[in-house]
Amino acid sequence: MNKVIITVVGKDTVGIIARVCTYLAEKKINVLDISQTIVQGYFNMMMIADFEAASTSFGEVCDALEALGEEIGVSIKCQREEIFTKMHRI
Amino acid sequence: MLNMFEVIETNNMIEHEKLDVRTITMGISLLDCCDSDLTAVNDKIYKKITTYAKDLVSTGEEIARDFGVPIVNKRISVTPIALVGGCACKSPEDFVTIAQTMDRAAKEVGVNFIGGYSALVSKGMTPAEENLIRSIPQALAVTERVCSSINVGSTKTGLNMDAVKLMGEIVLATAEATKEDDSLGCAKLVVFCNAPDDNPFMAGAFHGVTEADAIINVGVSGPGVVKVALEKARGENFEVLCETIKKTAFKITRVGQLVAQEASKRLGIPFGIIDLSLAPTPAVGDSVAEILEEIGLERVGAPGTTAALAMLNDQVKKGGVMASSYVGGLSGAFIPVSEDQGMIDAVSLGALTLEKLEAMTCVCSVGLDMIAIPGDTPATTISGIIADEAAIGMINQKTTAVRLIPVIGKGLGDTVEFGGLLGYAPVMPVNPYSCEKFVTRGGRIPAPIHSFKN
Repeated sequence: MNKVIITVVGKDTVGIIARVCTYLAEKKINVLDISQTIVQGYFNMMMIADFEAASTSFGEVCDALEALGEEIGVSIKCQREEIFTKMHRI
Repeated sequence: MLNMFEVIETNNMIEHEKLDVRTITMGISLLDCCDSDLTAVNDKIYKKITTYAKDLVSTGEEIARDFGVPIVNKRISVTPIALVGGCACKSPEDFVTIAQTMDRAAKEVGVNFIGGYSALVSKGMTPAEENLIRSIPQALAVTERVCSSINVGSTKTGLNMDAVKLMGEIVLATAEATKEDDSLGCAKLVVFCNAPDDNPFMAGAFHGVTEADAIINVGVSGPGVVKVALEKARGENFEVLCETIKKTAFKITRVGQLVAQEASKRLGIPFGIIDLSLAPTPAVGDSVAEILEEIGLERVGAPGTTAALAMLNDQVKKGGVMASSYVGGLSGAFIPVSEDQGMIDAVSLGALTLEKLEAMTCVCSVGLDMIAIPGDTPATTISGIIADEAAIGMINQKTTAVRLIPVIGKGLGDTVEFGGLLGYAPVMPVNPYSCEKFVTRGGRIPAPIHSFKN
């Protein structure tokens, strides 16, 4: 298991999750969990995905998702899980 | 499993509160580069640095991308050059060639600073160490990325007042040698008491002789994160205030620990320490002064400043210690004037004086840092300021340091621009009364009584 956290922040629009998931499926990245909420009028989505069987490099996924975000008009970040678990779990 | 609010909190810290890892510093021992031939020493130093640190910058960038946290600086510290070059260098000019080699190596591997043009003379100076010290003005004038530090005292040895006197002259000579750039050379020169062997922060970083062949030390930052956390604790009592600082420091330090372990693993070099410091930058919202003001001071320098800083410093350590397996370096709140917008504002308003800054250094790391003073300040006065600061370190068993910039050609009312992370500073007044007869006595101030603990 090689977990990454994908976050999407921005204005809500049709098909955000669909497009992110389509890209992840193409690259054989398995989605483990999705949650979403609206904070202060902004669409916030967090996705936990498993990078273990991915067919491409982590850097490439980061760049591709960032580009996809720009296209949709939202901000997409892809980070390794450890930065969050280290900070919030003892 | 992680919840969304934790993820949002972390990303807000990074995106809006300027959480970053300030530096990954690779310490490299150059003791095996000693040789009696100067050319051979230079060749060995260049080769060792460029071999060990060749992937430092790219690895730092990869880690920053993987975790989505900025790593601002990638730097190198080396064994004090007075030890490495002692056998080959017969004059200050010989030492300057080593500074140039360090500069070339730093540029080759892409780091922005390389520290360790240093001498540890807390009790006495060898001829080589004196030559190195005398070479500092020229070395810092002809190089761009080399940083120099001199340790002139310690709790165990007392203060080497001959070195203190000499360093007053050297600080002034460095200012003169770099006067075309607003005496910028002095921003790369630190005079220490109780200098730590594993400090990752410039300009005072060097790789102590107690260290391994190579080591990774990491300096974290995050004044902005503490400031924002404290905004939510407005009007609360000290218990709540302290808990908030500790929890925030823990979170910040965990990021540093993660980055340090990852860098150590990827570079194949052991992890040394995390330096738990609140290191400000000139950017608004990245200021230690703003934290103190959030705690309840109208301006930094107001009565209560020293107490507020003492509390802040202690809570940062208490929160940070549990977050990391090894802590070291300077560890505490930095209070550089030119690198902190809140400090600059307080000085401009007359709220913060040199004397108050000196008092503040009793309770935090590190010392009188990045303070511009008039260019016509006598060398003996600078030595006196160094002696005062070193005495605070010696008696309180803590690291203290002086990084003063006597700006040649400028006086009160002028402002100096250093650029980048070094910021800008209004020239501060210095007490006009002389300490020449004190400074020129010569010899040593003995170690304090409480240093005899054996």
